[in-house]
Amino acid sequence: MGLSYEEGKKKVVKGLYLLAAVTLVEVFISLLGKGHIISGVEKYSVLLYIVGLALIVLSLYKAYFIIYEFMHMKYEVKGLALTVLLPTTLLIWAIIAFFQEGNSWKNRRELIKDKNEVEVNSSSSQTGEVIRLEDLPGNI
Amino acid sequence: MATEAVVQNSEQTDAWSGGKEPFKASYGKLMMWYFLLSDAFTFAGFLIAYGALRFSSPTWPVPDFVFSTAPFGITGAPLIFVTVMSFLLIISSVTMVRAVQEGHRENKNGVVFWMLLTIIGGAGFLGCQAWEWNNLIGHEHMSVTTNPFGSHLVDGEYLDDSHGHAYASGETREIFNAGDSYLIHQEEGNWIKRRFISSEGVIGVQEFGPKAFGALFFFITGFHGFHVFSGVVFLLIIMLNAGSGVYIKRKNGYEMVEKIGLYWHFVDLVWVFVFLVFYLL
Repeated sequence: MGLSYEEGKKKVVKGLYLLAAVTLVEVFISLLGKGHIISGVEKYSVLLYIVGLALIVLSLYKAYFIIYEFMHMKYEVKGLALTVLLPTTLLIWAIIAFFQEGNSWKNRRELIKDKNEVEVNSSSSQTGEVIRLEDLPGNI
Repeated sequence: MATEAVVQNSEQTDAWSGGKEPFKASYGKLMMWYFLLSDAFTFAGFLIAYGALRFSSPTWPVPDFVFSTAPFGITGAPLIFVTVMSFLLIISSVTMVRAVQEGHRENKNGVVFWMLLTIIGGAGFLGCQAWEWNNLIGHEHMSVTTNPFGSHLVDGEYLDDSHGHAYASGETREIFNAGDSYLIHQEEGNWIKRRFISSEGVIGVQEFGPKAFGALFFFITGFHGFHVFSGVVFLLIIMLNAGSGVYIKRKNGYEMVEKIGLYWHFVDLVWVFVFLVFYLL
């Protein structure tokens, strides 16, 4: 197990303080980014990116600490750690791909909304008629 | 030769029947790790779906507005209650580490004591979540299909007061800015959607927020809460077993406690990311 009983006990108390402190810092940073602590700062979009990045880094640190110390991954054979941790790197691509996809859905919805607002030439009222693409004026 | 080999094999009992444990870990512990890996992918799938849908929506409910109530009538306290919930899970994770350490020393009473504290922490978390859900469903009327938390797209001022009645002339109208969040209230079963006039003079009415928010919230926190619940049940079973001396006979340093400990830390680990995605960002 690597550590003696007394060392282990000390490490646990240290872990408690560390996780509690990181969580408090996260909540503070999050509220700061939303303008609850200093009002007005939420207008700067640069700050939002920094806050988001800081929150993600701190959360990953907490995850690292829980896995390596509390779940004893540090004291396992390297092969075990690799078989468990390496597959999770697949998620990096999943995150990039699906967020890109979500963004594309938004753009397409906006495109459809814009096109719906384009007024069709009203010389012939076409309500209830079949509209063929080639009959429409302009490029829709 | 052949018979010799067979004899040799049957002598090498246990340790995965090959005589030597792969990865120097017991079968149960290794399989717990792989189960947790698969579970991590399930949760990641949910959270990535949340991200994709959030990116796809022009507006999204602001977490520090949605989650700003706490028990005892506290309102306007953004993220405070959920921070308390996080602390409960962190503390119960720490007590779980202590239970595992006592298990390695074959100290039965220590194991039972620290596991009991862990169970209390987990049950406390579930109680908090029950309160949070009750508040969202019963008082704020959010459901899987309806999300009353919306945000303004334009600057403007309200034409109706908070009860949905038109302001009398001379009464000061409440103003709002683009990006401000609102909660559509319900009075006697009817939604009170306040009318407003934008700074460009267009009259509009409050709309519901993106539908997906309610479904994602209940699904993901519900799935996590169900993990916590099953964790508490397993902790209880293993604590009772430990207390009745089942694991003393096994002489393996209370490995069962170590395995449920892995699961319990994983539940805390998932909460780190649920907390990040739903409440902090």
